[in-house]
Amino acid sequence: MTAKAIAPVRGKRFIQSFKNEMTRHGALYIMLLLPLTILLAFKYAPMYGIQIAFRDFRITRAMEKCDWVGLKYVIRFLTNDQFWQILRNTLSINLYSLATFPISLIFALLLNYMPSQKYKKTVQMISYAPHFISTVVMASLILQFLSARGGLLNEVLGIFGIPSVNYMAYPEYFYSVYVWSGVWQEMGYGAIIYISALSGVSSELHEAAIVDGANIIKRIWHVDIPSILPTFCILLIMRCGSLLNIGFEKVLLLQNNINTSVSEVISTFVYRQGIAASRPQYSYAAAIGLFQSIFNMIMLLTVNTITGKLTGNSMF
Amino acid sequence: MSTIDMKTGKKKKRTAIKYMKSDYAFLAFDTLILTLIFIIILYPLLYVISCSFSGGKMVGGGASLIPLQATLEGYTAVIEDASVWRGYGNSLIYTISGTALALLTTILCAYPLSRRTFKNGKYMMFLCVFTMYFSGGLIPTYLTIRGYGILDTIWALILPVSLSVYNMIVMRTYFRTSIPDEMHEAASIDGCGEWRFLTQIVLPLSGPIIAVIGLYYAVDLWNGYFNAMVYLQDKAKLPLANVLRELLIQNQSLGMESNVQMDSTTLALLEMRSQVMRYSLIIVSSLPVMMLYPFVQKYFVKGVMIGAVKG
Repeated sequence: MTAKAIAPVRGKRFIQSFKNEMTRHGALYIMLLLPLTILLAFKYAPMYGIQIAFRDFRITRAMEKCDWVGLKYVIRFLTNDQFWQILRNTLSINLYSLATFPISLIFALLLNYMPSQKYKKTVQMISYAPHFISTVVMASLILQFLSARGGLLNEVLGIFGIPSVNYMAYPEYFYSVYVWSGVWQEMGYGAIIYISALSGVSSELHEAAIVDGANIIKRIWHVDIPSILPTFCILLIMRCGSLLNIGFEKVLLLQNNINTSVSEVISTFVYRQGIAASRPQYSYAAAIGLFQSIFNMIMLLTVNTITGKLTGNSMF
Repeated sequence: MSTIDMKTGKKKKRTAIKYMKSDYAFLAFDTLILTLIFIIILYPLLYVISCSFSGGKMVGGGASLIPLQATLEGYTAVIEDASVWRGYGNSLIYTISGTALALLTTILCAYPLSRRTFKNGKYMMFLCVFTMYFSGGLIPTYLTIRGYGILDTIWALILPVSLSVYNMIVMRTYFRTSIPDEMHEAASIDGCGEWRFLTQIVLPLSGPIIAVIGLYYAVDLWNGYFNAMVYLQDKAKLPLANVLRELLIQNQSLGMESNVQMDSTTLALLEMRSQVMRYSLIIVSSLPVMMLYPFVQKYFVKGVMIGAVKG
């Protein structure tokens, strides 16, 4: 009896609070309609579509009507002859570029202690210009500069008497070419964040260190590094979260018949199986993509926990 | 020694720092390394400009920065190429409309989420942030877009990228830090609604951040080739980046792949053509971004800094 009496009151209260919320924030909900639609249509709808990884998907049939096949495609990928090769390539490229991650930090420190402000500004401004070069142009420059016939690198090395080599024709150079061209392109841009963090380090700390007789190297080690460690850790965590999918556009452009044994990575494999193939295997490719997404998430959480334990800096 | 104060952007003099004896070695080393880095970054850029003025046969003749026989041959070849023009036009359309749409979506998402009194915004925020850590992946996204029937249209290129969560968070942080809550209170007491507050107060005060975020979107749209490669089949609709890919990269690897059977004269012709215009093409295609660069350069550093203040 009492419950029945309360229910309409609750309903009324709910309607009342809903009305209040609408008069206060109604316009905000309307604003969110467009972004929400975009998000649902292009980010969440594909997540619903992941189920094709566990179904025998045919393009002619609706997704829901295809048969469930369980882990068939995931197992097919894991037992594929190429699986270990692809995983090794993906991890090698990414761990190699991860090893160059601190270069931006070192560059920022060098800039920070540059005595001439004008020179510092000039170097800094030039250093982030390469960031705006598109991947296609970058890949073309790489091919051109490394070519054996009159490529810039071979010409310069030729001055020192080093014989010219077609670097793109040797698989063993592929990782270095990929990673160091990335360093050339992103070093300056990556440094911006550290430069701003360094300019936030309190000058009293530096003055105190000088009074105690610390030279620049000691000040970098005991003042600067500890101050920018949090920024560095957050960036590192974010970088590790994308360990499996970084730089896919460039890899695809630099691939040729000679280097596929080292340059085929998970994303290019997905692209080849699912979209570029004459008979696309959607379910198989989706299963591989899912493997990649889950691996990335696990990496992100792991690195986040580790850096959280070690330095007290974590994202969540 | 002086540093730039982040908040005021003005130079503040640090008390003159006395260098220790051992510091001079460091400073010399510092200058040396930076000069080296400077050369390594700048030299290839200047080299490309120089090569763009060299004739086809002269390209690749040494590492000199002075064009051996200055000529506009390369640029003439680019201008005469119809596919380049078409790509240029397509890219302009995609970039301008894509940036406009993306800015609209991003502002409409960032503004409500920046309002502290709007408690339910946290659900939307969660929906946004979740997509940063997990995504459907290439194939399901492709099939979804195919399912909407927008393959081979401009919508497939601009709709999916019209809300970058990272950019949205940067903009939201900017709104939160630069527009005080009191301003909104005062305005609403005077009877100013949310739309009017957004268009007449928030947006005029947010010029720099709109410029930065707009630049981010525009550069990505202008430079990206992958989406167009996946979603467009009609060659006449391809943006410049994809035209470049055909002219610059696929031609180059032709020579390397022994299994491609082509008669040698066609191959030689193709090579000559791409050889002559390669560097000029690179310059012409990077022109819009390079022209924007000096103007937005300082804003853009600001944008990175706001982004660093963690969303």
